[in-house]
Amino acid sequence: MAKMAGKQMVVEALKREGVEVLFGFPGGAIIDIYDALEQDGTVKHVLVRHEQGAAHAADGYARASGKVGVCLATSGPGATNTVTGIATAYLDSIPIVVLTGQVPTALIGNDAFQEVDIVGITRPCTKHNYLVKDVKDLPRILAEAFYLARSGRPGPVLVDIPKDVQNGKAEFHYPEKIRLRSYNPVVEPHIKQIDRACKLIEGASRPIIYAGGGVVISSAHEELMELAEEMHAPVTMTLMGLGGFPGTHPRSLGMLGMHGSYCANMAMANSDLILAVGARFDDRVTGKIEAFAQHAKIVHIDVDPTSIQKNVKVDVPIVGDCKCALQKLVKAVKRLGRPAEQWRELYAPWLEQVKAWESRHPLTYKKDPDIIKPQYVIEQLYQMTKGRAIISTEVGQNQMWTAQFYKFDTPRSLLSSGGLGTMGYGLPAAIGAQMAFPDKLVIDVAGDGSIQMNIQELATAMEQRLPVKIVILNNQFLGMVRQWQELFYERRYAATRFDVTPDFVKLAEAYGAKGLRATKPGEVEGVLKEGIDYPGLVIMEFAIAREEGVFPMVPAGKATTEMLLV
Amino acid sequence: MKHTLSVLVENNPGALSRIAGLFSGRGFNIESLCVATTLDPTLSHLTLVTSGAEFIIEQIIKQLNRLVDVYKVVDISEGEFVEREMALIKVRAEDETRAEVLRMCDIFRCKVVDVSSKTYTVEVTGPESKIKAVVELLRPLGIKEIAKTGTIAMAREKKTL
Repeated sequence: MAKMAGKQMVVEALKREGVEVLFGFPGGAIIDIYDALEQDGTVKHVLVRHEQGAAHAADGYARASGKVGVCLATSGPGATNTVTGIATAYLDSIPIVVLTGQVPTALIGNDAFQEVDIVGITRPCTKHNYLVKDVKDLPRILAEAFYLARSGRPGPVLVDIPKDVQNGKAEFHYPEKIRLRSYNPVVEPHIKQIDRACKLIEGASRPIIYAGGGVVISSAHEELMELAEEMHAPVTMTLMGLGGFPGTHPRSLGMLGMHGSYCANMAMANSDLILAVGARFDDRVTGKIEAFAQHAKIVHIDVDPTSIQKNVKVDVPIVGDCKCALQKLVKAVKRLGRPAEQWRELYAPWLEQVKAWESRHPLTYKKDPDIIKPQYVIEQLYQMTKGRAIISTEVGQNQMWTAQFYKFDTPRSLLSSGGLGTMGYGLPAAIGAQMAFPDKLVIDVAGDGSIQMNIQELATAMEQRLPVKIVILNNQFLGMVRQWQELFYERRYAATRFDVTPDFVKLAEAYGAKGLRATKPGEVEGVLKEGIDYPGLVIMEFAIAREEGVFPMVPAGKATTEMLLV
Repeated sequence: MKHTLSVLVENNPGALSRIAGLFSGRGFNIESLCVATTLDPTLSHLTLVTSGAEFIIEQIIKQLNRLVDVYKVVDISEGEFVEREMALIKVRAEDETRAEVLRMCDIFRCKVVDVSSKTYTVEVTGPESKIKAVVELLRPLGIKEIAKTGTIAMAREKKTL
């Protein structure tokens, strides 16, 4: 067998893994891989303007498509710039593979130019990572990296490849199947646990399904729907779970938690059985843990055993892939042989109660004839795009208003940094999603604060001719922090007011994109329509009510029933 | 409560750092840690003594298992097990105490592994409690230096990792 250089092995591995697009930024320690990519010409490369953008774009690509996203960066600062993107993917269980160049092995540890121990730095925020010391190991490591990224609970995997390994030669044996004795994620749930869960369902009178990102990741949305329909149970979702169950379904209670709907939080608090599917009882969901769902038995399905029993005590833990587990659970529940009538009758008082909560405090906001309300923008955006858009968000108020007022009906239609809460995520993620789906409508909902954290990626989008739509809700504040200051710090707005924000319309034009602005409610619809219809990159800026808050809100450390309402 | 975990881990560079990082990053305790290769050179055996409430120990075991390099984790303190530590103690041994040190060594079945005109270096092996006892008894005689291993442990009888 002819020998192959490490850099060619990388290209070959990418092709074998079916990688269509890479996001990256070159440099001295990765130049050889770039050269091999250029010579081969099969894999499309998107040149970003900052490596953080590359990691987020790979992440957005992965979230939208379900495939592994790949990004490329050089050693040292190139590698460290990806760290926020890696941590973002780690917290939300997104499969990405990050390839970094490294100084030659002989120089490692010498504080060489652009040397950093990126494997050490990313150890706690990757699912796994590798420093390749011998070119012979490279094909196996690359295959393992892709396998680890996508299997079990997905996550980011980093492979650090020194320059001499990129140029060293060895035979190329790419493993067809990966077997790792120390890594065997449980996919099939234990049938006894399914039966125990089914027993609890049989005895419940106030059940609620609490669905998280695991439903989206494992494509378990159909099974989830089947279970919810069979049982006639209400469903609430985490931020990551939005779209896993249709937001327009009559029994969808929308998002729960800190900025969740009143009825979702009340239903959780009063339920006697919580079916948690691919969710992890994060502090933003549970609020004060001692007061959380005190009357409920809990069934918890998750592929990662560490998620179970981490924050709350669980009555029936089910370790396994959500899709697999739900299929089995649906079967078991159907075997109970309860006719639809009986389910409905049984839960009628409960569903009535839930409806009553919903009508007592629906998701709402105070309308204003003169000032644009951000919620109104999101509502209009939803009316105009219903289900045919992929929405990415930044982090903060823009993200929460989107989660509340845009109804996500399909999985993978919301891309948002839930776990890490990374400002600057939305634009590069939208670029990644648009690369995966060139013909879909991709919209980034942003605030004037977070858009500026990765605004340089406008150039990337222009260069790739991506028709990404950017909605900026501009309140000239770091709005979410300002809201906390208003509520809990006696309105001392420390470092949250922007005295200078760029003219976003001109900024769009400076990049060769289109810029639109609305300053009055009457202009919102027109701007959105013009922006969405425009065939290229566009920024739509909305001058919104400056001190608008996100409500309901559960103050940090309070029980989820202690919501501040509109 | 104290728990002694036996962990088999791939003998990869960085594996120990992943485990140490897991404990520091998640705020778990490590009371002692001992690592060496096994008969299979691709695996290392790590004995880790930690403490915490039951649900913390459950998390520790799960989190360890989640590491890609970790092959197996057993809480051997759940059953019968033997544990040993070793200490080297350099103790002052001048005219009036030389015989006393040797008497102590004899009682505790310690070994003198190095001798100088003014010191004995004593090797003591046993469970943590025994090491403690020896240290306490030698302390009044003048301990100049002490080096201790962490605990290594093994389940009793037929059980193996």
